Amino acid sequence: MSQTLEAPAIALEKVNKWYGTMHVLRDVTMNVAQKERVVVCGPSGSGKSTMIRCINRLETHQEGRIIVDGTELTDDLRALDTIRREVGMVFQSFNLFPHLTILENCTLAPISVRKMPKAEAEELAMDFLRKVKIPEQAKKFPGQLSGGQQQRVAIARALCMKPKIMLFDEPTSALDPEMIKEVLDTMVSLAESGMTMVCVTHEMGFARMVADRVVFMDRGEIVESGTPARMFEDPQTDRLKLFLSQILRGH
Amino acid sequence: MTPPTADVMDATTPAPLRERPPASVYGPVAWMRANLFNGIFSSLVTLILGFLILYGLYGFIEWGVVNAVWSVPRTATGALDPTSCRLVHGLGACWAAIGDKWRFMLFGRYPYGQQWREALCLLLFIGLYWVSADRRFWRRELGLIWVATLVVIFTLMWGGVLGLSYVAQDEWGGLPITLILATFGLALAFPLSVLVALGRRSTKLPAVKMLCVVYVELIRGVPLVALLFMANVMFPLFLPEGVNIDKLLRAQIAFILFAGAYLAEVVRGGLQALPKGQAEAADALGLTYWQKTMRITLPQALRLVIPPLVNTFIGFFKDTSLVLTIGILDFLTTSKTAMADPVWQGVSTEIYIVVALVYIAFCYTMSSYSRGVERTLDGARNR
Ligand SMILES: Nc1ncnc2c1ncn2[C@@H]1O[C@H](COP(=O)(O)OP(=O)(O)OP(=O)(O)O)[C@@H](O)[C@H]1O
Ligand SMILES: [Mg+2]
Repeated sequence: MSQTLEAPAIALEKVNKWYGTMHVLRDVTMNVAQKERVVVCGPSGSGKSTMIRCINRLETHQEGRIIVDGTELTDDLRALDTIRREVGMVFQSFNLFPHLTILENCTLAPISVRKMPKAEAEELAMDFLRKVKIPEQAKKFPGQLSGGQQQRVAIARALCMKPKIMLFDEPTSALDPEMIKEVLDTMVSLAESGMTMVCVTHEMGFARMVADRVVFMDRGEIVESGTPARMFEDPQTDRLKLFLSQILRGH
Repeated sequence: MTPPTADVMDATTPAPLRERPPASVYGPVAWMRANLFNGIFSSLVTLILGFLILYGLYGFIEWGVVNAVWSVPRTATGALDPTSCRLVHGLGACWAAIGDKWRFMLFGRYPYGQQWREALCLLLFIGLYWVSADRRFWRRELGLIWVATLVVIFTLMWGGVLGLSYVAQDEWGGLPITLILATFGLALAFPLSVLVALGRRSTKLPAVKMLCVVYVELIRGVPLVALLFMANVMFPLFLPEGVNIDKLLRAQIAFILFAGAYLAEVVRGGLQALPKGQAEAADALGLTYWQKTMRITLPQALRLVIPPLVNTFIGFFKDTSLVLTIGILDFLTTSKTAMADPVWQGVSTEIYIVVALVYIAFCYTMSSYSRGVERTLDGARNR
């Protein structure tokens, strides 16, 4: 674990959440250090999405504390604004804005949230589109791009806000196999640039390559966490063993 | 239509013109064979329907053109002599009646010598639609144009300033009334409906949500005629002593409230149909509620509901004719009043045909314009 003396980028303390009477997060406690890269895995319905969405308050937690970049998540709107600026998110289903061009998708938030001048925002957007290797698509609409290209645009769009933290919720699981690699490559180079990342994914190769730590969740709890090598080669709990055997069988 | 064939031809010879498929698969003959005479049953239906259409058309032309009376002579006293119309009654149309009555149909009991003012209002309305329909004018200034046009229209209608004689609102009538009610009704009902739809979906403001639900359900539960009666009789009771807003304004308010409730449900349908991910992505990027609404959710939702929206618009354009129940003389009412003229006894089909054509002209323009907008938006993003 790469815990340093710095304040953690994300801290979850005994977070609990219910949907109605269903307990979906149970006493989740987790720290993510600055520049740390965490991969979250676990069976379907284990609460991975819920947890990651609590970090930028797309979902609200009911008990416990979540502190992101030194700001606690409360009902205070100003705190929420601060956090949403600093935390970028990439979704499983891309969620690009279909009525805006690729370039507009990328410049919308910098212009309207960061109040960046249009020309500067466009330059920035082109920079990031170049980094995700699709600058030539800037004038097209999302519907004209392949899934892999759309997801790379979604990553560029989030990066245009210059976030300190990036959250990924199964960014490759809606993609055809041949497109997964291009998106993972983008994420690897992002990881190498020193971004703090929390990534829900079942791509074990990716986890091994970039993750500092893998967190395994099951039924709303964090069951086990450790380095990828330790987790995959020497799982301590039966639940993780079962999960790994199912994943390996599936692949 | 000709696909590029550069790979088989050198640049000096012009491309031959034989690329068009033979007439058996392309062109009117092939089209007719495929669509009208595709098998025995289809041919039979085509023949029968064709016969009925021609028969109806023949009857109409005989009535409306061949046997029609286009003008009637004047008697020694200068009055119109409708005898020739009476003679062809039932066999031919009496278009002469329209020639005599069109001004009453269009302008009602507005003082005859001042009717140019109402005519000018009609032109202003059409100009306003024209400008609003053009995307090049979709800027902030358009709002100013609307306000200015509104002021000019009401100045013209009322008069009392700039040397225009005063015309009491009781004397207004005809097509301008229909257009005033429909235009300002829909122009104000639409923003109202967007706010109500947003309010009804709000999760953070339960009181606002309640209010919107109550508004929509109450208004939708009452017939428009009842609402007009209530506006006519009850509004004055709520107003302080001495304040008396005029009848047309009361009808206009009732109309805006009614149309607003229906449109709100259409808009809400569009918002509901959007994938949740769109709003979430906007939230995750840090957009404020209004930025998210104006840039992301609303544009997409409205684009989705253009057909039902225009449907509702057209419905309300025609519903303006219900104001006759509180004694406001819209186009349909003045036209029906024109029929009552004893000189033109028995002339009604002709007048109804003209009224229908006017309504169709407006409604069809609305629907074909909306189809154009949909096509442009589709083309813009190729979904
Ligand atoms: N909006 C909601 N309302 C009610 N229950 C929900 C809602 N969203 C998620 N749940 C439930 O909460 C639990 C956790 O869901 P979550 O989406 O976090 O799982 P996950 O680990 O991301 O699963 P997957 O791998 O399938 O994405 C599931 O049992 C799910 O059914
Ligand atoms: Mg999930």
